[in-house]
Parts: sequence; structure tokens; C-alpha cells
Amino acid sequence: MAGRAMASSVDRAAGSGVERTLAVVGRLREFGILVALAGVVVAVSLLTPRFLSLDNLGEVLLSISLIAIAATGQTVVVLTRNVDLSVGSMVGLVAFVTGDLLKQHALGVPEAVLAGCAAGLALGAVNGLVVTAGRVPAIVATLGTLNVYRGLVFFIAGGTEVSAIDLPPGYLGIATARVVGIPVLILCAAAVAGVVAYWLRSSRTGRSIYAIGSNPAAAEAIGIPSQRLVFAAFAVSGLLCGVAGVLWGARFGTVNAFAASGLELQVIAAVVVGGVNIFGGSGSVLGAMLGAILLGTIDNSLTLLHLSQFWLQAIDGAVILLAVGADAAIRGYVQRALRAQGRR
Amino acid sequence: MTWNELRGVALAAAGGVLIAACGGSGGGSSGGSNLNIAFLPKQVNNPYFDTAASGGQEAARALGGQFKQVGPSEASGSAQVPYIQTLTQQHVSAIVVSADDPDAIAPALKQAMQKGIKVVGYDSSPAPDARNLFINQADLQGIGQNQIKLICDEIPGCSGQIGIVSATSTATNQNAWINFMQQTLQSNPQYANLKLVKTVYGNDDPQTSVTVTQGLLQAYPDLKGIIAPTTVGIAAAAQVLEQTGKAGKVALTGLGTPNDMRKYVKDGTVKEFALWNVKDLGYLAYYVAALMVQGKLAGRSGDKFTAGRLGGYTVGADGVILLGPPFVFNSSNIDQFNF
Amino acid sequence: MNVLARRETLLVVLLALFIGLGAVLSPYFLDGTNFADLTDQLMERAIMALPLTLVIVAGEIDLSVESMLGLSSALLGLTYGWGVPLWAGIPLVLAVGALGGLLNGLLVTRAGLPSLVVTLGTLALFRGLAYVVLGPRAVSRWPAGFNAFGFGDVPGTLVPWPFVVFAVLAAVFAFVLHRTWIGRQLYATGKNPQAARFSGIRVARLKTALFVLSGALSALAGVILTARLASARADNGQGFVLDVVTAVLLGGVSIFGGEGSIAGVVLAVFAIGVLRNALTLADVTPDVQSTAVGALLIVSVAGPGIVRRIRSAWSDREVWT
Repeated sequence: MAGRAMASSVDRAAGSGVERTLAVVGRLREFGILVALAGVVVAVSLLTPRFLSLDNLGEVLLSISLIAIAATGQTVVVLTRNVDLSVGSMVGLVAFVTGDLLKQHALGVPEAVLAGCAAGLALGAVNGLVVTAGRVPAIVATLGTLNVYRGLVFFIAGGTEVSAIDLPPGYLGIATARVVGIPVLILCAAAVAGVVAYWLRSSRTGRSIYAIGSNPAAAEAIGIPSQRLVFAAFAVSGLLCGVAGVLWGARFGTVNAFAASGLELQVIAAVVVGGVNIFGGSGSVLGAMLGAILLGTIDNSLTLLHLSQFWLQAIDGAVILLAVGADAAIRGYVQRALRAQGRR
Repeated sequence: MTWNELRGVALAAAGGVLIAACGGSGGGSSGGSNLNIAFLPKQVNNPYFDTAASGGQEAARALGGQFKQVGPSEASGSAQVPYIQTLTQQHVSAIVVSADDPDAIAPALKQAMQKGIKVVGYDSSPAPDARNLFINQADLQGIGQNQIKLICDEIPGCSGQIGIVSATSTATNQNAWINFMQQTLQSNPQYANLKLVKTVYGNDDPQTSVTVTQGLLQAYPDLKGIIAPTTVGIAAAAQVLEQTGKAGKVALTGLGTPNDMRKYVKDGTVKEFALWNVKDLGYLAYYVAALMVQGKLAGRSGDKFTAGRLGGYTVGADGVILLGPPFVFNSSNIDQFNF
Repeated sequence: MNVLARRETLLVVLLALFIGLGAVLSPYFLDGTNFADLTDQLMERAIMALPLTLVIVAGEIDLSVESMLGLSSALLGLTYGWGVPLWAGIPLVLAVGALGGLLNGLLVTRAGLPSLVVTLGTLALFRGLAYVVLGPRAVSRWPAGFNAFGFGDVPGTLVPWPFVVFAVLAAVFAFVLHRTWIGRQLYATGKNPQAARFSGIRVARLKTALFVLSGALSALAGVILTARLASARADNGQGFVLDVVTAVLLGGVSIFGGEGSIAGVVLAVFAIGVLRNALTLADVTPDVQSTAVGALLIVSVAGPGIVRRIRSAWSDREVWT
């Protein structure tokens, strides 16, 4: 494994031809998910034509909209060669706190929404601090904060829950509202994904994020402030989890201290399936979105085919393994091909 | 270095064994005139059980005893076991428990009983040999029949597919009610055209209940009715029906609290639902536990006793005490209640 | 070497502190039966921490342990429900655990995938399979002997049976890690995998064996948990991975590999067990307890680094004056 990492950094240093090739491969990867998605859609629609109804397709997109928002943040983190396991706890904490503020009539709806997003940002910043200033590896750091934040929700909840009847209709309405017929939740997810994708591709900070992930040593050497960017990545993940948390509360209404438990697994699955390399440096928000849609489609088809929901987690796990395996295989092939090319 | 380590470990191990071996387990002084009774519901942070707890607190005040409530945040049989062990260690006088899984908690409850702690079941019974008495809120068969009757009344023509949104799959009470519901459907010709297609489990968690209800509606688009015999489940199902615009097209009934259901009864999502006086359930459970601790109630079949403001009761067969008949809520009476 | 010795002293102090905390928080804490109970409840996590120590020392990680525990519990319940006697069911379940570990091992060594992602995937896969096997059901009727093993003590003492299993395993693991060539190879692999490979260590075989061991022992922990709770469920063991990983890292094993001791991990396991017990007797819920454990995890990894940096900054200051 160390051998492979060394080879890849040499390749990177070799020049932009390599970069371009890998970018093409990356796009191939997204094309690959699209093909897989098409395959699943065709298979399922043959088995149950109800799948293709506009109603149902909308249902699929709606059900993954919150995961998609969190997955966008996770993509940024993973690109820097880190991972954020505390996603579920951050979403749950924000969902509960936002609902609680509204329940106590402490704030109006717009202020509560802002407060929720700010809380998410703060939680993400703490993650960033632990990883950068504390020098704690991201897996360990976010495994720790996953539990610290979840405990915090229980502590704040103190035995209560927020019920849908306690919440102002203005807040709950966010989840049922539509603009030109498209649910607001889907539009939010699309907007978030669009903004972050643009930022990653077109801004210098965005491209630096890719650089840190693909070759941290080289990035440091050319003066990229990697610590600050890693911190920013975690902060962004937190902020987007805050957004997802606010929308979560609106969608589910009744929120208890368990809200969003286990979400991180679905988010990471979406990201990994979407072709974002867990080693950092390559992948895209578009890929993560496609990954989320693919997993959401599989989930939906289980329901429509009357298959047990219990297969879902096993499928998520298997899909993670297959996706990462496929990625490693492709990467290995590309590197061998490039090295062969370099020798000629 | 390694030798030092091994020495350290050996010392620590020896220390541990010593502490464990000097089994100075404090003398079991459980009971007597000191009323220290703990409620262990299926899960905490559940409004239904919180209401029962308020009844328990009322009884505690009336009797001059102590009350506390502990429990897992997630409804699961095995999660209740550590709490039973802790309460046993804390030498409470009695444990009043609603079982997520009647058999899973049986060994721990039996150990508690061996140490002199009284065990009274309420809402959902532990295995009969792992408790002294059980307070049943309503006749099991009666609930089953009642729920089917309510859904039949709400579905035009009383025919079509129905589904059930339940709590955990192991819960004694829900499973008993569902059993009687199925019996009623099969034996009563009046319900011959109703078909129970699926039972889903929301685990008494609001989110899970929302998700499984959505799944149920997606999987069976011709569903005509949903029965949710759990307060968390019926609230979630009502929410889902409203969100998806199916309120009024898919009938909904079950067991719910008036406060949770008021909005949905007023807007027609739910026409009728049932429950009982939850606060009285908690009050009675505490009272019975207290009487047992004080030695005033032995718990044999036929024993009579008075439970404070609730009046006189008789212990039935198998150590079961019945609270009373279920109560049907609808738009004409729902405003009279506040819980 | 010196650092390790200091870490163990730190852990003994921490353990004493937590015992003090327990005594202050509840009059029922300092009691033989209570210590026996808390030990009994700790043993599944303790057993899983042993192979995880070796895995992390060798430079990998295994997050799937708690899910293999759940899968083995579910399988045991399923087969017992079918009438398969326990003397056949238990070895079967252990074999499945080893197979699961083999899957992890092969994906890491042959396919070259990072163990973090592989075991994250199998964390989901094994738990998912547990649900496929048993669904939401629970199998709660077991022979009295089985329950007595999980629940009960060695006759005449307050020592729980699972502790006996753990003590034997701990002794074996300590011997292997600290006294045999296998242990030396593990440290070498963790410190510098390239050099280890060049010096002839069969890294792939070694790591695969570690994952198989981890899987099998997680399955054993599943059997013990099922006996203790008298209940086979697909969600058994959920959340255990936090305590197990914290115990190993708190115990002085470096997350980067190449360093650590069994003694430290054993002390850390008990420190966590005592902390949780003290808080439980004070009626603090498990989820809030996990906040403390999560914070402990972060501090145990960040702490030494921060201390080291402060110390070197301090000594730099002295050089300037």
C-alpha cells in the first residue's frame, strides 16, 4: 500500500499529462455509475412498472435529498484524504436544537434556520480543530465527536422530544413546499451540490483541496496552507450537515435524541460509490450525487418489490466494498499503463 | 521491560480478583417500610410512558414513597437488562416494568426477585414466572376486536387491504393485540373482505415509524387502512398521511394519546382511536407494587385490595389485574382530555 | 519503552480516579457484587480489544468487530431456533466469524484496499446480514446452563465465567505479542511495512491471519453476549466499537502502528468499564456516558502529541536563553 502511494506521487509530479488522463478516468467513473444506475432502473422497471411513475421517481429524489446535502460536505472532506464519521450526530443535533428553539418560541423560523446552520458550522469547526491542531487522525477524531455530539443531543433533550404539533407550520411547510412543481428539498440539494461543485472546480481553494488530497507533501512544498484547508473542509461538512439538520427537522417533524443515527454510513456509501477516492485527490460532487441516487434507487426498489428492508444495510456494505474495489482495480490499471507509457 | 509489564498486569489482576472475592455485597435490605419503587418502561422520552410515570408519582405522593423512572432510550429487550441489574444493585424495593421482550429480561428479573425485590409488570408483561403481578390496561381480546371494528367503520364498504404499524417486533402487548386482530379477521364474517397484507415495525421511534409507514404506502398503493396500536406509530402514520396527501383516502386508527391526535381528529385524518387512562395505569401499578412491598397484598388469584382513588380491584388468573375497559376517542369527546 | 511504562502508570492512576469517582457518586459502587457485574458486562468488549490491539500494532484497523458480534449472535439464535444444539451451533458461528475476518483480510492484503474503508464496508455488511438472518426478532429462550455461563460466577467466588475466558485469552495474547517472533514481526510491520516486506516477513499472510483472528474472537464475544443477555438479536453489540477502539488507543497503542502493549489495553478496558459503571449507578444514561468515552478517545490520541509539542517548545526556549 505504501508502495502504491509512492508511485502515485511520482506520477503526479510527472506532469499535467498524467493529470489529464486521470481526470478522464474520473469522468469515466461517473459515467460508470450512470451506467450502473441505468441498469438498475431498467431492471427494476421491468419487474415493477410502477417504478417509472413521476410520483415514485420524485419520491426517490426526495428521500435522498438530505443524504445528498450531507454527502456534498463529506466529498470535500474525503478529497483532502480525511473522513467525517460524525455526520449523523451533527445532523441530529442540529435537527433537535432547531426544533427545540422553535418549540420554546425562542426564535422565529428564519432565525432558527440560521441558528441551526451556524451550529452545524461550529460543530464542523470543532472537528477541524481536533484533526488539525490536535493532530488526531480523522477516523479517530470523528469517531470521538460522533459520540460526544450524540451524547450532547441526549443531554440537551433531557428526556424530551420535539413533536410535529409543537412546530410552526411555516417550518414544517419547508419540507412539503414546491417551486414549479419541484419539492424545495430537492432544489436545496441541487443548489448546494451545484455551488460546491463549482467552487471545487473553478476556484483556487477548490483546486488546492484536490492537490492536498492527491499529494500532501508536494502541496506543502508549493505553499498550499493544507492545515487551514483541511480545517475549512471539516467546517464546510459541518455547515452542510447543519443545513441538512434544519431540513431534517422540517421533514420528520417529530425529532428525538436518536435523530439521524447511523446516517454517516449512508453518506459515506454514497460518496464512495460515487467514485470519490478514499485516498483523496480525485472524485466529484456530481459523482457523490449519482452515488446517492443509485443507493436511493436500490432502497426504493426493495420497497416496491416487497423485499425486506433488512437487505438494505447489507447491500450498502457490499456496494461500498465493490465500489472501492473497482476503484482500486481501475487505478492500479491506469498507473501500470502510465508507467509503461513513461518507460517508452 | 516486558517483565515489569507482566508484573504490573499480574498485580492488577490479583487486585481485581481480591476485590471480587471479598464479596461484601451489602445486606439486602429491600422493602420494609421504605418504599423505593422504580419504573422501567420500554423506553424513556416516550410521552405515553411519561404520562404513566406521572400517575406513578401521584401514587408515590399519596403513599409517602419514592419514585424514579429509568430506562433505555431505544426500545429493545436486551437494552432493559442492564437497567434491571443496576436497580437490583441499588436495592430498590420494587421494579415496575413494561417489557420490550418478555423472555430476554426474565433471567435478570428472576435474580431481582430472589433478592427480595418485588416485580410488577405494566402495559406489556414480562414472562409470567419472572414477575409477581401484571397490570393489564385492557383486555387483550377486547383491544384486538376493538381495533378491527374501528378500522372497518372508517373504510367505505369495510373491504380492502389493511396494514399494521406496530412497535418492536418482540413487544408482548402489541403482539398479543395483533394476534387477536388476526383472529377477529378470520373468525368474524363481518370482516371477510378486509385483508391484512403487512405488519411493519416502527420500534416506537418517530423516525423509523415515519419511514416504515412510507414504505408500507409505497409497497401497497391500494392500501385502504392502517392500524397503529402504539402511540408513537399512530402519530407518525398520521403525519405521513398528511404529508403525502393521503389523509382521508387511507383510513387510520389505533391507540393514541388525545393530545397527539387532536389535530388529526379535527381535520379528519383519523376519525376514531382508542386508549385508556394512561395516568391511572401508572397510579395503579405503583399502588400495587407498594402494597406488595408493605406485605398488604400477596398477589394470589382472588385477592382483593383497594388502590387509593381508583377503588377496589380483584387479582385475576395468572396474577393479572385489569385496569378497565378501553376508551374510544373521537371529535365529540377529545377536548375533554389533556394527556 | 519509557513512554510505555509511563502510559501504564497513567492508566493505573486513571483507573484509581474512576474508582474514586464511582465511590463518590454512589454508595452502591464499592461492592464485590458490583465489580463482578461490571466485569461481566465488560468482557465482550475486552475480548474484542485483544485482537484489535494486534491489528492496530500491525498498522491496520478493524471497525467491523461489533457487526461480526451481531451477526454471530443472530446466527446462533437462528440455528438454535431451528433446533441445532449449542455444541454444534457455537463452533459454526465461530467459523463464520473467521470467514468474515478472512474477507476483511483478503480485501486488505490481496486487493490492496485501505482497511479503514474495507472494515467500514463490512461494518455495514455484517450488521446488514445479521438483520437478514434474524430480522427484528429476538431468540430469548436458552438452556439454563448457557445463561449461567454468561450471567453467573465460578462457584464459590464472585468471578464471572466470561472473565475466565478473557483472562486466558489475554495471557495468550500478551505472550504472543511480547515474547514471540510473531509479536516482533507485528511491531516491525507496523513501524515500517516496506522494510518488513523486504526483510522477509510474510506481511500479507500475517495481516490476513490477524483479521481472521479478529473475526473469530468477535464471534466468540457474540456468543458470550447472547448468553449474558439471554437474547440473540441482530442489533446486539451496536455501539461497542467506540469502547473497543478507545480501549486500544487509550491503552497506548499508536494509531499509526508499531507501538503498544496488551497490559496497557487491559488496564484501559477496565478504566472504561469502571467509568461507565460509576456513571450508570449515578443514573447517567449510556448515550451521555458515550460522550465521556468519546472525549477520552480524542484526548488519549491528541494528548501525547500536544504534551510532546509543549515539551519540545519548552526545551527550545531553554536553548535560546
